[in-house]
This record gives sequence, structure tokens and C-alpha cells, in this order.
Amino acid sequence: MPPIKRTKFKLSPEQLLEMFYWLKLIRAFDERLSILVKQGKVRSGVYTGIGQEAIIVGTCYGLRKEDYICPLHRDLGAFLMKGVEAKVMMAQMFAKDTGLSKGRDSALHSGVSELGIFGNTSMLGANLPVAAGLGYTFKMEKTDNVVIAYFGEGASNVGDFHEALNFAGVQQLPVIFICENNQYAYSVPVEKSMAIDDVAIRAEGYGFDGVAINGNDVLAVYQATQGALARARGGDGPTLIECKTYRWHGHSEHDKAFYRTDEELAMWKSRDPIPTFTTYLRARHVLDDQKQQDIEAKVAATIDEALEFAMNSPDPKPEDAVTDLYA
Amino acid sequence: MSKELTYLDAIREALAEEMRRDPKVFVLGEDVGAYGGAFGATQGLYEEFGELRVVDTPISESAIIGVSIGAALRGYRPVAEMQFADFISCGFDQIVNQAATLRYRYGGRASVPIVVRAPSGGGVSGGLYHSQNPEAWFVHRPGLKVVAPSTAYDAKGLLKAAIRDDNPVIYFEHKFLYRRAKGPVPEGDEIVPIGVAATRREGSDATLLTYGAMVTPSLEAADRMAKDGVEVEVIDLRSLLPLDKAAIFTSLEKTSRVLVVHEDVKTLGLGAELSAMIVEERFDHLDAPVLRVTYPDTHAPFSHVLEAANLPNTDKIVEALRRLAAY
Repeated sequence: MPPIKRTKFKLSPEQLLEMFYWLKLIRAFDERLSILVKQGKVRSGVYTGIGQEAIIVGTCYGLRKEDYICPLHRDLGAFLMKGVEAKVMMAQMFAKDTGLSKGRDSALHSGVSELGIFGNTSMLGANLPVAAGLGYTFKMEKTDNVVIAYFGEGASNVGDFHEALNFAGVQQLPVIFICENNQYAYSVPVEKSMAIDDVAIRAEGYGFDGVAINGNDVLAVYQATQGALARARGGDGPTLIECKTYRWHGHSEHDKAFYRTDEELAMWKSRDPIPTFTTYLRARHVLDDQKQQDIEAKVAATIDEALEFAMNSPDPKPEDAVTDLYA
Repeated sequence: MSKELTYLDAIREALAEEMRRDPKVFVLGEDVGAYGGAFGATQGLYEEFGELRVVDTPISESAIIGVSIGAALRGYRPVAEMQFADFISCGFDQIVNQAATLRYRYGGRASVPIVVRAPSGGGVSGGLYHSQNPEAWFVHRPGLKVVAPSTAYDAKGLLKAAIRDDNPVIYFEHKFLYRRAKGPVPEGDEIVPIGVAATRREGSDATLLTYGAMVTPSLEAADRMAKDGVEVEVIDLRSLLPLDKAAIFTSLEKTSRVLVVHEDVKTLGLGAELSAMIVEERFDHLDAPVLRVTYPDTHAPFSHVLEAANLPNTDKIVEALRRLAAY
């Protein structure tokens, strides 16, 4: 497989600190949700992406408002980075009337068209044909906007994945397919669901490049995404980026994940994307104690404010169980 | 001004006129491009509108519908062709889980104006996979609209209405009618609104509810009954979801007897819902049980002997009407 051209990038200290903020916020949001589930305050539908944050930050950072994202069920951070307020996402998790879906469905099964966010169903991979359709409109309009579509390695075994990538390849669509390979499709390990090591090689079957990278390195993800963005914006079609990562929690918060070993989890926790990036920033004097403290305080305040908003928001009205079916 | 057109030409004319009227309308599907569609419904469109708006797709029904949904989210009005209604099962998830639920789970903040054209029905020696009438699957799914024209006039007017509707519409076009149904079609912008039935024949002794290719044998049966002094009111439903309940109830309040005729199989076909709805809401008006003439609960066989045994026809409808009148 031809390697993806390395793209040079330069991020200012301010930009690097923004990325750091997003990593921290997304982690803190998911951690708080996990606690809220244990407290029985959020009922279900929580699929955290703890451990996978570098993928979201590295792919979403610097996107245009006009670009579209099609996140998967673990990608709450992508909603935040594309412009949904934290309090609205929290209200969504609480099934409140002020959430994105007004209590109609849990988790991330909602979207915001004005912000370029498509919300998928529970059918994993079903967002990918939709992503191709969004990309097709950019092609028709001859704009250089791009669609970023996320899926897990598990979803790469679904027919929709293959239909979507094939269509995108044939039509040379500006779609970047981001595989979050977190090693498990619920309980099934990757070696039981694929006879190949890298999802990335599947791209070759559809006529475009795929690359497997360290998904826990936010700058590696950012760099690969910038390369793919440049290609897509330049009319050179899709790219598949497989980000190798690991989810620390179970498939959902009720899953104790007994199907994996403590050693394996510990090994992946030692590759936590946040300390890795923190060390990088400190070594370059971008981050110091004061700045870190400020960012952590901002994160905590954002989460607290979101929580207060969600808890004080009204439940949906019973009569709205049958509204919004038709335009 | 009107002219004589076949049902198939009426579909083609509706597509061409809508594409001329609104640059956001485009068609996609298997063989719809230069070839003009397996039945010729898109003939001439490729030459007039080019390959960006007349999209030949791979054999990927799920992607065809998923791409349509993505485009619809960006304000386009795609018309997806399933080569045969039988193949719609391959795109089922995108219709019932993605398109049908989207507005609901987006809190009413988005809509999916797609049309899925589905050439359906038997009587053409199509065998198991080129004869099906899967409309009831979609009538069972809130969030969708389902229409089934029986005349050239309605084929054009309902397709225009479907394209302009902001909701996902499944448009069942009956293959038996493509070249056999011929009639006056208005030139220009005549819309047949979704949700409005047409009374094809007035009568005071029984109400016959039907749609699609069953309208003609139903009218023939009604003519035969008239010779025996029984006047049957024949209502062409045209729209299966939503149903024109007012038209149905007004007629049965006059006649007190109802026969449902459809080509779909009996169990949980549209007749089951019509019967339940009538019994639930207008029991006091009935002088007889609601009867049904339908396909038996079996598959569509290839042999014309076997298929003829299954298809409802004028004789079967007359027999049922006699039973109904004598009750």
C-alpha cells in the first residue's frame, strides 16, 4: 500500500493548548457521564470514548463550519468540537427536552445540520452511505468542503461500509473515513472478526489509500488528517485513516468487559493520549503549571455548568412522544 | 391541455419536469444513466441533465438510499430508483431506521425529502424476486409516506407531489401498468396530493377499497355487479400512508359494506389495517364483515399458471362482492 504523503503542519502554542483543552474536556465529560450512570442519574445509552480522545481532537481540530462530520456512538467530543454546547450534549444524555433529540433517543443519535453534524442510528456503519451522500453534494457544488466519517473496526465488517467506500471511491468523493480501531466490537476481539491486521488495507479494494496510524497520538492523527483533507479538498478523493486505539471502559457503561485482561488494559493505559501530549507540550514550554491549572479549571466549570443546565432542564412533554414524525 | 401518455411515460415526464424546475432534484440508481433505466423510466434524463444529476450507481441499494439521505440533509431532493421493488429489502435499514426516524431523533430540526421509486407487482411472469408488493412493510413504519398510483395521471401527479414532499416517500409504481395503463395526463404542473383517495366509480351498495394494478379488475367487477343491480363504489386509495380516512368512512357510511382488494399477501397486508380501522371506528355502520381479496400467503411463482392462480382477478372480486352483498 502506498504510504500517505506526510503533510507538514505548524501549530501555534495557542492552537496546541486548544487541542489540549479539547482532550481534557472530552475526557472529563465522559468520566462524569460514567459516574452519572453509576449514580443512576443518566439511565443508559452511554458509550464512552475514554482512551480514544486523540482521534476526535486530531481529526476535528481546525475543520471548517461547512465541513460535515458523521460521528459514531462514542464520539461525543466530535459534537462538542463541531460546535454543540456542552450543556446541550449533557441535556441530551439526560433525555431532557433541551437536548438535541428532545428526549427521543439516547446518546448520539441526533445531529445538527447547521453545524454539519450527522447523527447515526444504532446500526453501526449505517452513517457511511449517508457520509458518501453528503460528500456527493460537495462534489456537485464543486466546493472544497469535506466529510469526515467515523466507524469502528467492527463496523468495517458491515455491508454498508463496503457499499459506501466503493461508492466514494468510484465517485472520488471528498470523504475521509476514520476507523477507530479500539480492538473490540463489544466483546469480540479484532482477530475474531477480521482475517487481516489492518482495516486500512480495505481502502485499496476501493481504489484509494488507507493508512494505519497510532490513534493515541493526537499530532499523528492531526497530521494524517491534514494530509487527507488536502487531498479531499484538492479533488483527489477519499482516504481511509485507521487509528489504532483502545477503549478503557466496556462497550457501554453497564459492560464490565470481563473478556479482556487487566494486563492488556494496563498496557493501553500506559499509552494514554493525554499524558503523552502533556509531556510533549511541557517539553516545548507550551504548557506550564499555571496554564494547565487554568485549562483544568475551565474544563471543570464547563462540565459543572452543563450538568446544572441538564439537571434543571424540563423533561419532554408526554404528548411529544408522537410529534416530529413528519415535516 | 392534456395528452395521452402511458404510465411509464408519465413517470418519466414527472422526473424531467421536476428536474427542470428544481436544480436540487436528481436521480440515482442502477442503470438509470445512459441506459435509461431497466424499464426506461429515466430515458433521456442523462442526455438532458448530465451524469452528476443522473447517477449510475453500483449494485448497492443500501448506499443508493443512504447517499440519498445524505444529499437530502443538505437540501437536495434525490429520487432513488430500486430496479425492482423486490430489491428494496437490501436498502431496508436505511429506509426504516435512518430516513424514517431522522426527523424524530433530530428533535424535529431536520427532514429527509427523498423519494424511493419501487417498481412492484406481478402479472409479468417475474417470479419470486421480480413480482413482490412490499408496501405493507413501509406502511408499518411511522415517518414514511407510501403511495401507489394506478393511472398515468396519478403516476405523474403523485411523483411530483412525492418529490416536493419534505418527508421520505416510497413510491410504488406497478410494472404491469407501465405500458398497459394509458390515459390523459395534464401538461405542466398538476399535482396529485398525497393522502387523498380517488373515487373511481360511485355506488351505494358496497365500498371497494383498492390501489395500484387492482383498480382495473375492481372496476370490471363493479360493472358486472351493476348488471345484477348491485352498485359498488370503487375507491382508489392512491396514498397508503397516510390513508384518506375521511374518504373511506364517508363511503362506508353510505354503503355499510366493505371489500378490500390488494395484490399483496393477506396476512398483515394493508387490508388487515383497513379492516381493523373500520371495525374499530365505524362498527355501527357495518352490515357485513369487511372482506378481503388478496394474494394468498405465498410467494410469487414464475409459472404463469401458478401466478394466475395467486393473483386477484375480476372473477375473484365478483365472487367476494356477491358474498358481501348477500350477507
